[in-house]
Amino acid sequence: MSNISSAQSAPGSSLFKVFRPWIFLAVLLIILPFIFSSGISVYTMNLMGIFIIFALSYNMLLGQGGMLSFGHAVYFGLGGFMSVHFMNYIEYEIFILPMFLVPIFGGIIGLIFAVIIGSFSTRRAGTVFAMISLGIGELVAASSLIFVAFFGGEEGVSGDRTMGPNVLGFDYATDVEVYYLIAIWAFITIALMYMFSRTPMGRMANAVRDNEERAEFIGYSQRKVRFISFCASGFFAGIAGGLFAINFEIVTEENLNALTSGVVLLMAYIGGVGFFIGPIIGAVVFTLLQTLLSNYTEIWQLYVGVLFVLTVMYAPQGLTGILAMHLPVIRMKRVGPLLMPYLRIGIPTIICLIGLVGLLETVHHVRSMPADQTMMSLAGLEFDTHSVLPWVIMVVFTVVGGFVAKSQAPQFREAWEEAHAPVSSDGGSAK
Amino acid sequence: MSIAISLNEVRKSFGPTEIIRGVNLNIEKGERHAIIGPNGAGKSTLFHLVSGRYNLSGGSVSLNGEEISNLPPYEIYRKGLSRSFQVTNIFPMMSVFENVRCGIMWSKDYKYSFWHLVDRERELNERTQEVLAEIGLTDRQHVPAGVLTYAEQRALEIGIASAGGADVIMLDEPTAGMSHSETDQAIALIRKITEGKTLVMVEHDMGVVFDLADRISVLVYGEIIATDTPENIRNNKAVQEAYLGAEAEHA
Amino acid sequence: MFELLFFSLLNGVVTGLLLFMLASGLTLIFSMMGVLNFAHASFYMLGAYFAYTISTYVGFWPGLILAPILVGLVGAVVERYGLRHVHRWGHVAELIFTFGLAFLIEEVVQFIWGKDTKAYQEPEVLQFALFNFFGQDFPAYKAFMLLISISIFVVLLLILTKSRIGLIIQAAITHPNMTAMLGHNVPLVFMGVFGVGAALAGVAGVIAGPALGTFPGMAVVLGPIVFVIVVVGGLGSLVGAFVASLLIGLLQTFAIALDYSVNDLLMLFNITTDADSALRDLWTLSLPQIAPLLPYLLLVLILIFRPTGLFGKRET
Repeated sequence: MSNISSAQSAPGSSLFKVFRPWIFLAVLLIILPFIFSSGISVYTMNLMGIFIIFALSYNMLLGQGGMLSFGHAVYFGLGGFMSVHFMNYIEYEIFILPMFLVPIFGGIIGLIFAVIIGSFSTRRAGTVFAMISLGIGELVAASSLIFVAFFGGEEGVSGDRTMGPNVLGFDYATDVEVYYLIAIWAFITIALMYMFSRTPMGRMANAVRDNEERAEFIGYSQRKVRFISFCASGFFAGIAGGLFAINFEIVTEENLNALTSGVVLLMAYIGGVGFFIGPIIGAVVFTLLQTLLSNYTEIWQLYVGVLFVLTVMYAPQGLTGILAMHLPVIRMKRVGPLLMPYLRIGIPTIICLIGLVGLLETVHHVRSMPADQTMMSLAGLEFDTHSVLPWVIMVVFTVVGGFVAKSQAPQFREAWEEAHAPVSSDGGSAK
Repeated sequence: MSIAISLNEVRKSFGPTEIIRGVNLNIEKGERHAIIGPNGAGKSTLFHLVSGRYNLSGGSVSLNGEEISNLPPYEIYRKGLSRSFQVTNIFPMMSVFENVRCGIMWSKDYKYSFWHLVDRERELNERTQEVLAEIGLTDRQHVPAGVLTYAEQRALEIGIASAGGADVIMLDEPTAGMSHSETDQAIALIRKITEGKTLVMVEHDMGVVFDLADRISVLVYGEIIATDTPENIRNNKAVQEAYLGAEAEHA
Repeated sequence: MFELLFFSLLNGVVTGLLLFMLASGLTLIFSMMGVLNFAHASFYMLGAYFAYTISTYVGFWPGLILAPILVGLVGAVVERYGLRHVHRWGHVAELIFTFGLAFLIEEVVQFIWGKDTKAYQEPEVLQFALFNFFGQDFPAYKAFMLLISISIFVVLLLILTKSRIGLIIQAAITHPNMTAMLGHNVPLVFMGVFGVGAALAGVAGVIAGPALGTFPGMAVVLGPIVFVIVVVGGLGSLVGAFVASLLIGLLQTFAIALDYSVNDLLMLFNITTDADSALRDLWTLSLPQIAPLLPYLLLVLILIFRPTGLFGKRET
């Protein structure tokens, strides 16, 4: 269940079929900046690329290897710090090195620390692993504030990405140039991580995740399997950290603390840890929420928190899992009959959400603004928070929308089951 | 050197209770050996001791003349001993195909490789298809193993154990909970996969035992009270008293 | 020197007992349900905030009773409608759920009460120095915290060892699957234990709020430390949690009080260090500086060398 179904290659299938998703990805990465060319979109896409690599590396642990880590930012952050130091070495001409190679050093430092920490933390999976990762995470984050020479204390360490020998005329003075740097690295690392999952090692990582005991009875040491996955994961997290350093030209304690570790867990989980592309979707969605939503609302993190908790409770396979549930319907060309039920339950749900969001935003406005500022604008509508009408409308939206959506639920479930009904037992894309 | 597995004064205690109380047993190469005994006699525990799941409290175990006492399971597997489990023990989220393929990888010397792409390894995949055909799960190979029926999971369990081509195969109650027709299929399957190999099995179904086994050991309260051919075991007084008698009383 | 040791000892015990109020609930929840509740410190925070709001209407003392009850109810609701739902997806999902919950509660607290520190204060009757020792005051409120902590500890001990429900809980700790067979309503017991655990954390929040500050980050500050305690003490061991709480409490207060650095240590051996070297941070490293590190260092060392913890019997 852990790969892009379309990239599944039975022996002997045509090469084009194997490479199709990769060609698509490459073309997509190339043309994206032409479609989304504004400053904010390039900024967002750069962050997305970094987070995609980071989240995929995290999923080598959680989704592929069954290791729940609360301290993955350690490898990301250390990779970032190492890279920013290398950027400074380049600036002071201690090394002559093109800038685009810097993330490798981030990867190497991530790998080195993963080897050291993994040597004892991968002895066990489950709660013990989770606790060690938490302890190491707190330890490194707290140490980083003490060792000022390397970590730069509260301000962090900054660098300049435009230094160093100029390859092919790229000096990374603009964000779009950095975009292509990140895109190339993202393409390479996504491919490498995908290929890793298709090696004997990657397959055994899944096996150990599923049943660590049985893995030992087919010749593999569960500890060594986890250790190798852990090291590979640290390496890729370090590369992501290196790209972060180049993109933002500054790395601080925040990049290796518990918050960042939490964010990567959140991205991977919302996207869906059971699928290779899950963390990619998670990183894209999270970055969009972070950069776009935060423009419109101060309480965007509250929405993210709600989304996360709802995902854990009702969609443990994440957004990708929800999408994947529709694959059989699409394959059997039965989308049509589902359209009406979707509209019938979707529209009231959206109305309910509009009401709820409106209420939250208005309450937040009332509480956070000075008492005399009673006018607020929400989605282009101006209204007075102290008048009764907006409140009544929002409450009505919420209650009526929720009620209608709930009343539609049985019918929707029926339609859903009907659309899926005679699914033959071949289990779709699962493999 | 024709001894495949040799147990010498093997003991196992859990806290103050001694479950295995000094077992001596030699199983010859190429032999099909069944271990029978009443519930709680320690049959599964003995299996766990030989295959490395538990550590010994005393005594020693050797495989093909080489000491394997207290080695981790993967070391014992690499020396040529593979086993199945009484309670189905598969990789539930992976496909049936992947389950079998993982069972083959070590024997094909891939070790912890992250430089081979499994889908491109023709020999590995062909062998996987062979095993799938043997256990009759070719049609079900893309299904996650966790959703197989019970009998299918039992077949997969045997498939994983035998896939790597180990010389010594230990099956812990391979037919437990199966219907008659399923049991017949299972016997045929076991016969097929253990061709030219050493088989050690724990089994409750006497039909299966007398059908398959060359020799039988009877384990009662952590001790082997007899090891002999099926014919002689059937006529053994001590066995009848300790085991078959007890069964007859229950019936 | 003596007064330094005296006050450090006293402060260490106050901190330690406070930590135990959180750690005991966490341990109970873990032992019985197998869930390491990431959101436990969030209940502590909720206790402080509830008590603050109550105190603005009716004063400190009603809050001391009402806030923990409210927190306990929130805990019971979380168990009933959240955790029980996620339970079917296994322990990792439960851990992730409580992690998400901790994140969400922090956001909700910020939404309701804002990001600033609240002026939640100790009651006026306790705003005096209880005694003066070598020129240093010991605030009465700290003595009050000590009193509450000790009473809770004693009550908890009595309930667990003397009452029927305590025996059931003890049985559930040592034989997690047995209680159901004895005919007890396990889901209800779980909900109760989770609620009581949350309420205990709530009490800690109520009395710690005025002393340590009531702000949205208070859960994050304390949460990982409480985790350290239950793991170091041994998952599922109440005695271990008690010892580890005091240990961590004392460790932290003493490390802050004793201002020695690596340099001082090296001076003992007549080694001088270069103030400009890249390792300068290492030479000037002092105990107060590394105080926040010590619990985590202890955690990692324990997990490597004694995964069962100091008093634990089972490894997870």
